[in-house]
Amino acid sequence: MRFTREAQWPLLTLLLTLFLMLGLSGPARAAGDLESALSELAKANFTRKSQLVDEIARLEDPRVSPVLTAFLDGALYQHKSSRAFVAFSGQDKGVNLLSGESIEGLKKRDFRKVAINNALRGKLRGIMAELQLRNPSLETRRTAAREMLKSQDAATLPLLKRAREKETDGDVRDLLAISIAQLNALHGEDDEIRIAAIRQLDGVLYPEVRVVLNKVAASVSAAEAKTGTVEAAAHEALKQIEGLISLNKTAENLYFGISLGSVLLLSAVGLAITFGVMGVINMAHGEMMMLGAYTTFVIQQAFPNAIDVSLFFAIPAAFLVAGGVGVLIERGIIRHLYGRPLETLLATFGISLVLQQAVRTIFSPLNQSVSTPSWMSGTLEINGALALTYNRLYIILFSLCVLAGLILLLKKTLFGLQMRAVTQNRRMASSMGIRTGWVDALTFGLGSGIAGVAGVALSQLTNVGPNLGQAYIIDSFMVVVFGGVGNLMGTFIGAMSLGIANKFLEPFAGAVLAKILILVFIILYIQKYPRGMFALKGRSAGD
Amino acid sequence: MQIKHIDQNAILYLNGVSVSFDGFKALNSLSLFLEPGELRAIIGPNGAGKTTMMDVITGKTKPDQGDVIYNGTVDLTRFDEAAIANMGIGRKFQKPTVIESLTVFENLEMALAGGRGVFASLFHRLKADQRQRIEEILLLVDLQDRVGHLAGSLSHGQKQWLEIGMLLIQKPGVLLIDEPAAGMTDIETEKTAVLFKRLAKDHTLVVVEHDMDFIKALACKVTVLHEGSVLAEGSLEQVQNNEKVIEVYLGR
Amino acid sequence: MTLGPLTRTLLNDRGSQILMVSVLAMTVLIPLCNLAFPEGSALHVSTYMVTLLGKYLCYALLALAVDLIWGYCGILSLGHGAFFALGGYAMGMYLMRQIGDRGVYGDPVLPDFMVFLNWQELPWFWYGFDNFAFAALMIMLVPGVLAFLFGWLAFRSRVTGVYLSIITQALTYALLLAFFRNDMGFGGNNGLTDFKDILGFNIQADGTRAVLFVLSGVALMAGFLICKAIVQSKLGRVLIAVRDSESRTRFLGYRVEHFKLFVFVVSAVLAGIAGALYVPQVGIINPGEFSPVNSIEIIIWVAVGGRGTLYGAVVGALVVNFAKTYFTGAFPELWLFLLGGLFVISTLYLPKGLVGIIGQVRNRLAARSATAQTLKTSE
Ligand SMILES: Nc1ncnc2c1ncn2[C@@H]1O[C@H](COP(=O)(O)OP(=O)(O)OP(=O)(O)O)[C@@H](O)[C@H]1O
Ligand SMILES: [Mg+2]
Repeated sequence: MRFTREAQWPLLTLLLTLFLMLGLSGPARAAGDLESALSELAKANFTRKSQLVDEIARLEDPRVSPVLTAFLDGALYQHKSSRAFVAFSGQDKGVNLLSGESIEGLKKRDFRKVAINNALRGKLRGIMAELQLRNPSLETRRTAAREMLKSQDAATLPLLKRAREKETDGDVRDLLAISIAQLNALHGEDDEIRIAAIRQLDGVLYPEVRVVLNKVAASVSAAEAKTGTVEAAAHEALKQIEGLISLNKTAENLYFGISLGSVLLLSAVGLAITFGVMGVINMAHGEMMMLGAYTTFVIQQAFPNAIDVSLFFAIPAAFLVAGGVGVLIERGIIRHLYGRPLETLLATFGISLVLQQAVRTIFSPLNQSVSTPSWMSGTLEINGALALTYNRLYIILFSLCVLAGLILLLKKTLFGLQMRAVTQNRRMASSMGIRTGWVDALTFGLGSGIAGVAGVALSQLTNVGPNLGQAYIIDSFMVVVFGGVGNLMGTFIGAMSLGIANKFLEPFAGAVLAKILILVFIILYIQKYPRGMFALKGRSAGD
Repeated sequence: MQIKHIDQNAILYLNGVSVSFDGFKALNSLSLFLEPGELRAIIGPNGAGKTTMMDVITGKTKPDQGDVIYNGTVDLTRFDEAAIANMGIGRKFQKPTVIESLTVFENLEMALAGGRGVFASLFHRLKADQRQRIEEILLLVDLQDRVGHLAGSLSHGQKQWLEIGMLLIQKPGVLLIDEPAAGMTDIETEKTAVLFKRLAKDHTLVVVEHDMDFIKALACKVTVLHEGSVLAEGSLEQVQNNEKVIEVYLGR
Repeated sequence: MTLGPLTRTLLNDRGSQILMVSVLAMTVLIPLCNLAFPEGSALHVSTYMVTLLGKYLCYALLALAVDLIWGYCGILSLGHGAFFALGGYAMGMYLMRQIGDRGVYGDPVLPDFMVFLNWQELPWFWYGFDNFAFAALMIMLVPGVLAFLFGWLAFRSRVTGVYLSIITQALTYALLLAFFRNDMGFGGNNGLTDFKDILGFNIQADGTRAVLFVLSGVALMAGFLICKAIVQSKLGRVLIAVRDSESRTRFLGYRVEHFKLFVFVVSAVLAGIAGALYVPQVGIINPGEFSPVNSIEIIIWVAVGGRGTLYGAVVGALVVNFAKTYFTGAFPELWLFLLGGLFVISTLYLPKGLVGIIGQVRNRLAARSATAQTLKTSE
């Protein structure tokens, strides 16, 4: 608490701190004196160690951070004879902390560990945090500041203030301000300061803030707290935050729902095309996705150094592989079964079994690991309570692109026109010179190819294994049947509403029950609208 | 209810029936009046709504507006296909539909009255007089030497006849027949016209047809449908001379 | 009286005759060879074999049930495994209650898995299952009622074709998920197992196995006769009419949905009985039986055997399952290729299945001998 005032003169802070610390811990060492400090550290008792740690921390030496980290981790050793300091990173490996060279073939028994206790650990953590808060890299400072939110220790207050003064980045400054307010709310000298700090925390969504406020409010219940007291202010802030949080929870659910919806959309849209145009229920659709996912896997295996760009090659490759297999299936089998939808269903189911077993034989029955490119991992932090993972975000965008591309293809190209003509009146289309056979083959290829592309997206979300397709096929059917056949808009709305409904049911019912409820809902829905939400009207759709 | 002005004689009365599909009016306030024992021909260009009219009468399509009164009392729009069929309204489809994997005999047996419920049909046995009746119909539609053949193996014309036979065996009060002459030879067409005229004595017949010679042979009242409503009505001659009819359907 | 026409048609139907005779022979001979001849004798049939064959007979009954609705009425149910499994669970619940206090935890009332989950008392839906008559009733009632409700909804609103297939699949999938849940009270993932005895007889004993086998054979024959009686009656012709042209049948004055509902329920009950006989022989029932793939496999038995003949379904179930047992043992890698291939080949080239081929060959032979005859007479 001693530094509270001083901190308001930014120019003086550093000097004063230095001065005060000198007073606390004896003569300062010159820069480069890391070596002597370390030698002393190895022999000193814990009280002295504590002082030495402070001294080391103040040294303007790039080696300070690795030394303290090693000490904190209990990995700091001194060689019994050569007196060199080593940070062990394994049984027989380590880094010479002073020269910076890494060495192998070490024997632990030649070394003596520099001992550490809990009090020192706590202290070191604070020091490390401060070191990180001063780190030139913005990313490190941000992480450190985020980490500091966990601190409820009044002793860190001066450190935080110093860091905040020097900080140039707005976000990090805000984070530090929150930490400061938290500490003031907990340990502030008088009620005025504490209430002001609590006001500052109002509406801040980091979970740590809630912990702090709860701690402050804990002594008095919300009903009993008198207005104007610290506790009342805390309760009020908590209430505000809870409200915001539930709003954010809804937003998060919506995000999960939309992301599930876009996975469903990706996997169902190909099915919607094959079913819509040809009336063919393709039970091997899931396996087309599986092929797409395996294509991604193979590409990553072939170019292990290009993971970041692998997806850009995997998407067209998966389209071609799955689409090609689709065309083969259409020409080889489905062509002979037109007008017999149930037989087609069975034949394509047979194909799905063959493809699954083929993948098992060629690769293995086990799941393969597909890596996520670095640009797809991580989260986009909207606020303390809402973080959106990038992979889902990209998949949402991707599914929308695929949908838009398809709509364009159907509406604006000759192929699309022919396809629609065949859908609506096969005989008429063929008598107008459209080669319905090829339109069928290409349509089926297109549907399968899109499934392959969906597989690329799925490889980023789930395990890539022989059963990948089966996990999604029933859901895709549900979407198509629910949305109505032969209508991409129906598929879109179907996928999104099922995805969102699923995620909103989950908190109440649990994942499995939510899924069961959705299935039951669809079974009942079909009773009312036997041809789905957007049914194709007309005699062709009837019997 | 708008049925107060109904003639007691009407066996079938369509009153202002409208049907629309996605905003397209297939029937537009169509009214039609049939007397018992009447033979009525219905003509009109493709898409005029002839088949849709039959769909409405037989309960396949529910109209958006209007009623269909049968026998002066029953509003058919409130019943389903099976109930309407059992009331005595038989229908022949535009595309001949017989049950292909059953024999000619079994097709007729299916159409024969009785055994319509699940358990009734489970324990149903053919009686001698019913067998007799099937023989009669076979003779009438000239299929006696194909009795044991699968209906699917019949020619197009024979299927038409079988379907007509299936209608007749039900002894319906009203027969709705959609394009019977399609796929028949000239001689068969003539024979059909004669049969219909004879049937008209104790049934009411509504025949939809594009073949003008056939209509002429029927020599009956003709209704012209156009865009879902009645364009003209009268004898064939009257209709043929009607300017509007010539314009939209017959051509000059 | 009603069997009058049935016996008459059976006399005219070679396929059915052969089938009935061979199932009867199996039902009598196999348990006999198992019990009467000592092990090591050439005529001895091992208990393992008896159980295996008994399982096949249950599958055959299930295939029969599917053929009744698919072959005759055109209803392709991709969820019939659900009715089989429900019948199986009903039987499994009876067998669980029979364990009594001999379970691992020794609780006189609660099955082991409930003790394990810390349940205090038996859930209401387990009441009565200690009584065999009640369980037997449930074996038929539960699948029957579910089929009735589901069919009533679906057929009334005229859900047909692939749509119907897909929602039947959704049905069994939903049940699969539900039975996987521990709090459903059916043993979750592990299902029901560790059965001890049935009606007081040790379930592992050779004699019990033999009796179960005989019962499966009898059930198959009875099921066959029931289905045959149905398809031979006028009702059977209505079913075919529905399959060929649903709307024509309606316009002839038949309430199509009632007919569909009737066979759907009959079929579900048969499937339930098959499941109930299956469970004591294999000794376990778990949610895997609900998996959609199982249901589709039934379809392939029927398709391979020849649909719309009843006996073809039985032949198909036996042949495909023999093949499955053989290949999953000898060449496990190959089995799925083979099964997948069967789906494709039977739909492309064998629309009438195996029994159809036999029929074709016979017709061709008959035609040849007929021409030979005419040639001879014209000489
Ligand atoms: N179920 C339906 N859905 C959408 N439109 C329909 C449906 N049934 C009929 N129509 C439309 O209603 C109009 C009338 O059709 P209808 O079949 O009644 O004509 P029609 O007079 O019988 O013609 P044709 O002489 O060619 O048989 C047509 O334009 C048709 O496309
Ligand atoms: Mg028409």
